[in-house]
Amino acid sequence: MEMPVPSQSVLSRKDYIVERLRAVLPTEAVISDASETRAYECDALTAYKCPPLCAVLPSSTAEVSAVLKICHELDVPVVPRGSGTSLAGGALPTADSVILGVAKMNQVIETNYDDRYIKVQTGRTNLSVTGAVETNGFFYAPDPSSQLACAIAGNIAMNSGGAHCLKYGVTTNNLMGVTMVMMDGTVVEIGGAYLDAGGLDLLGLICGSEGQLGVVTEATLRILHKPEGARPVLMGYDSSEVAGQVVTDIIKAGVLPVAIEFMDRPCIEATEAFAKAGYPMCEALLIVEVEGSEAEIDYQLDLIMKIAASHDPVELRQAQDADEAGRIWLGRKSAFGAMGQINDYMCLDGTIPVSSLPFVLKRIGEMSKEFGLDVGNVFHAGDGNMHPLILFDANKPGDLELCEEFGAEILKLCVEVGGCLTGEHGVGIEKRDLMHVQYDPADLEAQMAIKDVFDPKWLLNAAKVFPLDTSETRRAA
Amino acid sequence: MTPETEEELAEVIASTKEPLRITGGGTRPIGQSDGTPLSTAKMKGITLYEPGALTIVAKAGTPVADIEEALAKENQRLAFEPMDHRPLLGTKGKPTIGGVVAANVSGPRRISVGACRDFMLGVRLVDGNGSIIKNGGRVMKNVTGYDLVKLMSGAYGTLGVLTEVSLKVLPDVAAYGMLTLDGLDDATAVAAMSAALSSPYEVTGVAHDPQTGKTMFRLEGFEASVTYRADALTKHLAKFGTVAATFDAKSIKATWAAIRDVTSFAAEDGDVWRLSVKPSDAPGLVTKLGARAVQYDWGGGLIWALTDGGDLRAKLGDFAGHATLIRGTANAPVFQPEPAPLAAITAGLRAKFDPRGILNPGMMT
Repeated sequence: MEMPVPSQSVLSRKDYIVERLRAVLPTEAVISDASETRAYECDALTAYKCPPLCAVLPSSTAEVSAVLKICHELDVPVVPRGSGTSLAGGALPTADSVILGVAKMNQVIETNYDDRYIKVQTGRTNLSVTGAVETNGFFYAPDPSSQLACAIAGNIAMNSGGAHCLKYGVTTNNLMGVTMVMMDGTVVEIGGAYLDAGGLDLLGLICGSEGQLGVVTEATLRILHKPEGARPVLMGYDSSEVAGQVVTDIIKAGVLPVAIEFMDRPCIEATEAFAKAGYPMCEALLIVEVEGSEAEIDYQLDLIMKIAASHDPVELRQAQDADEAGRIWLGRKSAFGAMGQINDYMCLDGTIPVSSLPFVLKRIGEMSKEFGLDVGNVFHAGDGNMHPLILFDANKPGDLELCEEFGAEILKLCVEVGGCLTGEHGVGIEKRDLMHVQYDPADLEAQMAIKDVFDPKWLLNAAKVFPLDTSETRRAA
Repeated sequence: MTPETEEELAEVIASTKEPLRITGGGTRPIGQSDGTPLSTAKMKGITLYEPGALTIVAKAGTPVADIEEALAKENQRLAFEPMDHRPLLGTKGKPTIGGVVAANVSGPRRISVGACRDFMLGVRLVDGNGSIIKNGGRVMKNVTGYDLVKLMSGAYGTLGVLTEVSLKVLPDVAAYGMLTLDGLDDATAVAAMSAALSSPYEVTGVAHDPQTGKTMFRLEGFEASVTYRADALTKHLAKFGTVAATFDAKSIKATWAAIRDVTSFAAEDGDVWRLSVKPSDAPGLVTKLGARAVQYDWGGGLIWALTDGGDLRAKLGDFAGHATLIRGTANAPVFQPEPAPLAAITAGLRAKFDPRGILNPGMMT
């Protein structure tokens, strides 16, 4: 993985740039000491590190605007950062960049239960958005697994998903409005406490643009009343083909579960050793959860259990109480941690049409042997969003590179069967150089033309998303 | 001009020297200006339908009716229930799926499941340069690169001519229920609608018609669920008055189709405006409108207003939301004018995707 050569012009002006930033921010909000900038050298993709020129932690939209205005004037690259939980390197700095962290901006600005929205500063964490409304029985639906730590700013940048997307959608489906600061410091308001912002769907465009079009400082988010209850059922099968068929049959039967999670044997073995959730040892395990009142849950689960039973499961278990529901989810929720106990791992999130599931799992198994690296699969089966976890040893020379090569092959396979490179983590630097696998030059040109409009100097997070050779002339201009 | 393939369309656009007026079935001529008609009607057909994956892909000119027929065979549907503009606009022809997407057309269920754009998974299009561009795909979750799928949904063809769209579909439902409150004033009706939408009972339509005095709540799902929620919601709404319930699927469907298509205004002369607002602002805004008739949908978030002409925005002043002139001759912009910084972004995007200014040049300005 390459990053652009840092600009000598910027590096040589560090003192001046820091001085200019200090003039518009409180002293403690500008971090330029090498021992402290290291805290911002990477995000959750820890294989790549680079301390930034400096980091700034503004407290308001006005301060963000002042910072960007200066960086725009001085031609300094800026890398926006939420909580730094990106698995794709979305917040990885370059040595000549200013990290613009929104972590201090974590206030709730307004809650409105009658009109069902909450307006927050985007440094607020995902879970604490729900935390602000749950005493009134409400919640914010998108629930990425990093929700305890990840910021709404990053959720918007990556259009984050979660386990419950099948019913509630992802970030873009729950975002009603933003306050965004453009690279030149201009503050724009898009959408608000009403549905379908007028004009072109700029809200839809900004969501998922990986911090390349502007810095979103405030967001109006849709909140929903919590369902009366939810209950999972666990089922195990001898083959992933059969499990895939069960998923299809459930969906075709007209039931829309809130979650359908899938784990394969390597993943089951790892989580059993780690969390002892009492999962059956089998080729494919499904957790299906439905919501509603007791009567509604009973009805839906009855239907699902019938479908599940007709496919000869090795195990079929319905949660009878909260305890049992907790145990069913325990293994799934510990899956990443369990794999991490075995070795370092790389987590991909390519998405495939549900119908291609058995074929793709079979191919991943074959490739695992070819590359000599173990891989476990745990993913959101209802929407085809895979999460292959490739195990490697970071201390073994060449292992990371081998793992990346294997990962790239899996993602190419996802595209080949009609899917995509990333379903919810974003492109960042991780999948940047694979973009041409999914998109033709004209497709990428159209996307880059959009960045030209929002950020003509290509200063905002410019080394991400687009292959470096593809974006080179624009970045150099 | 009615090209039959994407390649042919690309050639037409690349070689044209005059402005184009882009149409699908020609049933929603909202704010269109002059230009050589370019129809997508001959690029049609469902290219892929996987019921088990809740996905359908179709060429832009495919009639909506064809898609709905194919879905019905598998007991599925377009959950955002696109409005049919023909009764209101007095148009003929067959609405196309490309037209639905280009205008981001949704119906009453928008309040619970989302708009057309929320069901969009992928697009193919030809931009103003004649370049063929694709974005998104056919899977439910896709964050690979910028989301041009959303950008193109509701762009009215101003950034490119859609050639193919992929959509998420949902299972159809087995049973319907409808609760009705009678005689509420607008403010109380909006409060009742908010109470329903803030409950866990998953209403899929919430509308109020001040002319008939009826406030209506739609429930959908399997039978046991609809019965249970109807009962629970009746108790929840008791403080607003006597709640009447019906479970007759046929009449409920007809009622909500009429709400969706605003058919109560169809036979009336006058201008028709569509306003997206903050629901609790709606009653106050309606008093300013001085409209002949209004219809509240989306729990108050969507106001349909029938007026005797004139610039309705002038009466409203600043408000949170936007207004579109759907039908009429008022001397006012059809689309809500944007604040300067957003107008600059819009103009910038149009200059990139359509540098010669030939795609529906007068629209959305």
